[in-house]
This record gives sequence, C-alpha cells and structure tokens, in this order.
Amino acid sequence: MVAFSLPANSRIKQGKTYRAPAGAKRVRTFRIYRWNPDDGANPRMDTYEIDLDTCGPMVLDALIKIKNDVDSTLTFRRSCREGICGSCSMNIDGGNTLACLKPIEDITGAVRITPLPHMAVVKDLVPDLTQAFAQYRAIEPWLKADTPPPPDGERLQSRKERAQIDGLWECILCFCCTAGCPSYWWNGERYLGPAVLLQAYRWIAESRDEATGERLDALNDPFKLYRCHTIMNCTDTCPKGLNPAKAIGAIKQLIIERQV
Amino acid sequence: MTKQSNNPQVDILRSQLKRVRGLGSSHSGSQAWWAERLTSIALVPLTLWFIASVIGLEGATRADMVAWLHAPVPLVLILCLIVTTFWHMELGLRVVIDDYVHNNAIRIAMLLFQRGLCIIAGLFCVIAVLRLGLWEGGS
Ligand code: SF4
Ligand code: SF4
Ligand code: FES
Repeated sequence: MVAFSLPANSRIKQGKTYRAPAGAKRVRTFRIYRWNPDDGANPRMDTYEIDLDTCGPMVLDALIKIKNDVDSTLTFRRSCREGICGSCSMNIDGGNTLACLKPIEDITGAVRITPLPHMAVVKDLVPDLTQAFAQYRAIEPWLKADTPPPPDGERLQSRKERAQIDGLWECILCFCCTAGCPSYWWNGERYLGPAVLLQAYRWIAESRDEATGERLDALNDPFKLYRCHTIMNCTDTCPKGLNPAKAIGAIKQLIIERQV
Repeated sequence: MTKQSNNPQVDILRSQLKRVRGLGSSHSGSQAWWAERLTSIALVPLTLWFIASVIGLEGATRADMVAWLHAPVPLVLILCLIVTTFWHMELGLRVVIDDYVHNNAIRIAMLLFQRGLCIIAGLFCVIAVLRLGLWEGGS
C-alpha cells in the first residue's frame, strides 16, 4: 500500500547552518538536503547563506560555490552546466528541474533543494537512477531495421520525417518527469515512467525504424504503459519544455489505431 | 550502518534489466483503457437523458412510472445506462486498485471482489428495471 509517512530513519532533521561572511550584501539562504550512507545518521537540511555578489546566477552556481568555498562534503552531479547532459536534475523550490537552468532570481525566500523525489538516494543530492536507466535500456532505444543501410551512405530522412521527432529527440534523460510522476512513485517497478515512454515514442515516430509493431507490442501492458493517467506532472516539470504526456497519448492512440 | 541494508540500491546492471523487463508485456491493457474512454463518453448523453427524464417524471405516480418504462426507448436506454455505469465503475475501480494496492495477493482478491460486486449490483438494477418494464402492470 501507499505509505503516507517516512520511515523513522528517513525523517529529515535540522542540520548545520553556515553563515554568510561579514559584510555580505546580497545574501540568499539555501536549505539543502544532506544524507551520507556511511555515518548512519538521519538525513538533515543544512542551511547555507551565500553572498550572490560572489556567485553566478543559477542554482548550480550556488551549489558549486558552496562545494568550493564553504563545505566540500556537499555531493551533487553536474557536468555541462548548460542543460544538455541531464546530470544536475534535482528538486528545487518544490519542483523537479535542472540546477544549471534554474535562476536563483526566480525563487522567492530560502532556496530549498532536495534530491529527485521517490528515487533511492546515493548521497546528498545524488539519486540512484539505475532502475530508470535499466528501463530505458529495456525499450531498446536504438534504430532497428531489416532493410540494410544503403551501401553508398547513411539512411536518409526527409525534412518532414525528421520533423516528426521534434519535441522527442531533445530529451536529455534527466528524469525530472519520471521522478515527478505519481504513477511512477506508486508503481515504478512496473510502470516505465514518462521519460522512458517519451523515448519509446521517439523510436516509434522514427521514419527509419522498422520495428514499430514490435515496439507497440512491448508497451501494450496495463503496468508498463497504462499506469499513465494523464496527470501531466511530467509535462509541467520538464526543464526542456517537452511534453511526455502527449507522447504517451500518441502511443496509446497508435495501439488502438491498429485494432479498430 | 544499519542504514545501508535498508537502502534499495542495486549492484548488478544485468539483473536490473531482468527486473525491469519482469515477465514481459502482457499484450493487454489497451482494451480496458479504450473501454474506459468509450463508456465515459457514452455516459454523458445517457446521464443527461436520465436526468431530463427524472425531471420530466416529477410528481408521477407509480403507475405513470411503470407505463413510462413500458415504452421501448426508455427501457432500452435505461438498460444501456445501467450496463455502462457498472462497466465503467468496474474499470475505474480496477485502475484505483492497480495503482495503490501493491501486495499481489490482496490486489487480486480486491480485483475479484470489486468485479463481483459490480456485476451483482448491476444485475440487481437490470432485474428491477425489467420487472417494472416488462412484467409489472403495464397497459
Ligand atoms: S501524464 Fe502520465 S507520465 Fe505524465 S505525470 Fe501523469 S501519469 Fe505520469
Ligand atoms: S522528458 Fe524532459 S524531464 Fe523528462 S527526461 Fe526528458 S528532458 Fe528530462
Ligand atoms: S549540468 Fe548538465 S544539465 Fe545541468
């Protein structure tokens, strides 16, 4: 059954506070989730006061500033710092997004940062995405074709065909949507979740892929696909402005289309 | 250190793939989903018609009611309404149970129970309407 409260060892305690240096003018408070698998302690919220005059404009800049200058034990993922790698997804101010694309200015009051919800935590802001990536692997996200590629070049696609995967290829697999989907929270073991379903549709909509029927077969399942109830949290939260709910709707429509 | 044993982390990527593939696709689910959409669409006109009829029957005697039900159109429509309502209810309850009940034994028991309940309740309504509409009084 659905659990409504956290187990005792997951309850979040009040943590340490790191004050801004004296004389700081534009001070912002960051409240950040901390959990270390090695110390046996409960998770806690640490408070960091940062002078924005000495820090870049995005939430990721503040995290890097904290790690470099205040508390080097703070653990988070990041790589590209421009919304392309999908590493820095986390829950900021109550919504899943990319820390590198979220301006500190957009948030009023203390900036509250926790890991992606409902994922196992590896440490601090780092979620365990093993299951999500295994689900991605399970939809076989690669081109499948029986026709051999032309001997003199690559497989071609018209501009129109190429346009059919617009809004799909841009997905960077940050899993903000999946971690924000209530259906994934309750049934993540069996439900594939919005990110993986959007990727599945990316290959269904692909003009050069010849395995459409097989792909639809694999998705026609009450749990793998039909746990989606069009709650739209996914679309709401996607930091790349994509619409996984629409892609899922398109998959459902194709499955009906081939039986009526 | 007790923490770590509670931590649902995973160690082997290949077994993860087996885990997420599970028992594979059941190749079903689309029918229930489609039926849920169709029944909900059908229920819109049927329910409106039913509400309008009940308003129209305001102040009617029992004999008026029975006479109304003896006409073929109301009788057929009301049977459609009953079947669609309970069918839709069964599909909807199934979704709720599949979403929120995670113990498989309890889930399957609840699914069977709710289906039985919907069928029995639906049958009661159908028989009540048939009794009034076919066998009782009438002109
Ligand atoms: S629309 Fe579907 S995938 Fe998106 S949040 Fe809702 S249930 Fe999840
Ligand atoms: S659809 Fe958006 S939120 Fe979901 S994984 Fe892709 S980029 Fe991230
Ligand atoms: S650091 Fe790459 S997406 Fe944010």
